[in-house]
Amino acid sequence: MTRSRRSFLKIAGAAIAMGLMPLKLLADFMRPEKAMAATDLAGVFAELGAAEDSDQIDLQSPDIAENGAVVPVSVTSNLADTSKIYIVIEKNPNPLAAAFMIPEGTEAFVQTRVKVAQTCLVYAVVEAGGKLYKASRETKVTLGGCGG
Amino acid sequence: MAGSIRIRAKLDGDVAEVKALMRHPMETGQRKDSAGNKIPAHFITQVKATSGGKTVMEAHWGAAVSQNPFLGFKIKGAKAGDVVKVEWLDNKGETGEGEAAIK
Repeated sequence: MTRSRRSFLKIAGAAIAMGLMPLKLLADFMRPEKAMAATDLAGVFAELGAAEDSDQIDLQSPDIAENGAVVPVSVTSNLADTSKIYIVIEKNPNPLAAAFMIPEGTEAFVQTRVKVAQTCLVYAVVEAGGKLYKASRETKVTLGGCGG
Repeated sequence: MAGSIRIRAKLDGDVAEVKALMRHPMETGQRKDSAGNKIPAHFITQVKATSGGKTVMEAHWGAAVSQNPFLGFKIKGAKAGDVVKVEWLDNKGETGEGEAAIK
């Protein structure tokens, strides 16, 4: 093997490693790719699995959102062994907006802001002890958050 | 894009409430500019928070998370002075990070 080829491989290898680094850094749990690509609620639940209604999930979202582009949502799960929290917006182009992993030592709570395209149900889906649970609330939108 | 995240971490008992504000357009790819051209999608796809070498929160986002995203979460068994680091990665491969000590 010639010297130049070896150094080329070294540089190429380093470049590849650098390119992959951020992805590796953030890969503790797999992106729910298919569920995120789903274009309706049924499609999301088909990928995540069926969820049972639960009153142990506290979903906070405004009844009326003046600006659908910024809708505060917070989810607290009182279910034991909560490992994941999903935020699903019924009538968005891709209903699954966000998936959160709750490692041990982190409270089963998450707070964020999402876009809500039109008046619809906002779902909090919680994975606890390997099973899925859900709670929902309607948010009325006076000004849409997508495409607007 | 270092410094693109503003983080506040406040201790209440032994629980730290972390609030992170990221600067990002979170473009859905469905909007059009004034000339009618589609604005390409540009949004954060992954967020990870670590403290003391341990992952304390990880998220996968779609384009429906609002512009300049906000993320709040709570870490149990936290101490004042512990550093919380938050990093993000977007669909163009751009990254951002920030850190703050728990107060």
